[in-house]
Amino acid sequence: MDDQALKTETLPETWSVAGRTFTSRLIVGTGKYKDYAQNAAAAKASGAEIVTVAVRRVNLTDPNQPMLMDYVKQDEFTYLPNTAGCFTGEDAVRTLRLAREAGGWNLVKLEVLSDPKTLYPDMEETLRSLKLLVKDGFDVMVYCSDDPVYARKLEEAGAVAIMPLAAPIGSGLGIQNPVTLRIIIENAKVPVLVDAGVGTASEAAEAMELGCDAVLMNTAIAEAKDPIRMARAMKYAVMAGRDAYLAGRMQRKLYADPSSPLGGLI
Amino acid sequence: MQQALLGKNGVKMVKILLNGEEREVTATTLTALIDEIGLEGRKVAIEKNLEIVPRSTYLSTAIADGDRVEIVHFVGGG
Repeated sequence: MDDQALKTETLPETWSVAGRTFTSRLIVGTGKYKDYAQNAAAAKASGAEIVTVAVRRVNLTDPNQPMLMDYVKQDEFTYLPNTAGCFTGEDAVRTLRLAREAGGWNLVKLEVLSDPKTLYPDMEETLRSLKLLVKDGFDVMVYCSDDPVYARKLEEAGAVAIMPLAAPIGSGLGIQNPVTLRIIIENAKVPVLVDAGVGTASEAAEAMELGCDAVLMNTAIAEAKDPIRMARAMKYAVMAGRDAYLAGRMQRKLYADPSSPLGGLI
Repeated sequence: MQQALLGKNGVKMVKILLNGEEREVTATTLTALIDEIGLEGRKVAIEKNLEIVPRSTYLSTAIADGDRVEIVHFVGGG
């Protein structure tokens, strides 16, 4: 193997967010699975090092029901607590303070949504929440619309990662606006993750080919007919997309360019 | 003074709002409350009257009539 090939093969490529370094560029959610056992198996198959989790009241009528932590174990995954279900900055701060107390994590995912039909982020409230959380000592990865102006404002307000949507949460519509994502990626100095909307492996690869640092998904895996196989497909798609981005794609041309030499024809 | 609530065995009961539900408990500290509702050893976070209670102070945190207690944990989410 020549030097270049060796380097490409063996150097683990990593990315960092708020001083924490990861090898996997796939973050997976832990919602919507048939059960926690399937959830854990899919998370393992995806190769993800980070999983998103939600904070909810314990079930008082059945305190012995299965708990996420018994399956998706904290010694195997970094928990990224989210603010799903929060519609105001105060709700988000309250939820994440509880998450910090439950697990001691400072690295969190902020999502402040607008209406239940689109689950589109309320960017004005998201920005305000971010400022509250930063003041409270959190490292905040922010779910946001694919708006380059707001992406810049979030970064200026101290977001440790910008996470624009590819399409609405759980829609599986794929990347609707590669242009704005590309602009966000080019201008950000913090990691950019495509979060939400990816439906299948080719779309995860497409997100990575745009140059984002990682992809976050939940429904694409959880609602696949075979979630564990889809988790594995996503793992390879993200790796392939990253490699393709680093390799640099060929120029698009209008006309054909033969791959076999024209000279020496019989 | 309001008469104290008494449970079956004459044990004093405390009426609290636990996770949004009215509940009468015998526990007088958060540690005892966790035991009483069967959550001992579970990784939870507790908020009392909208203030986070640090885990290290559960034993010394008293609960009294009218307290609003929230006990949360991590569940699956995206």
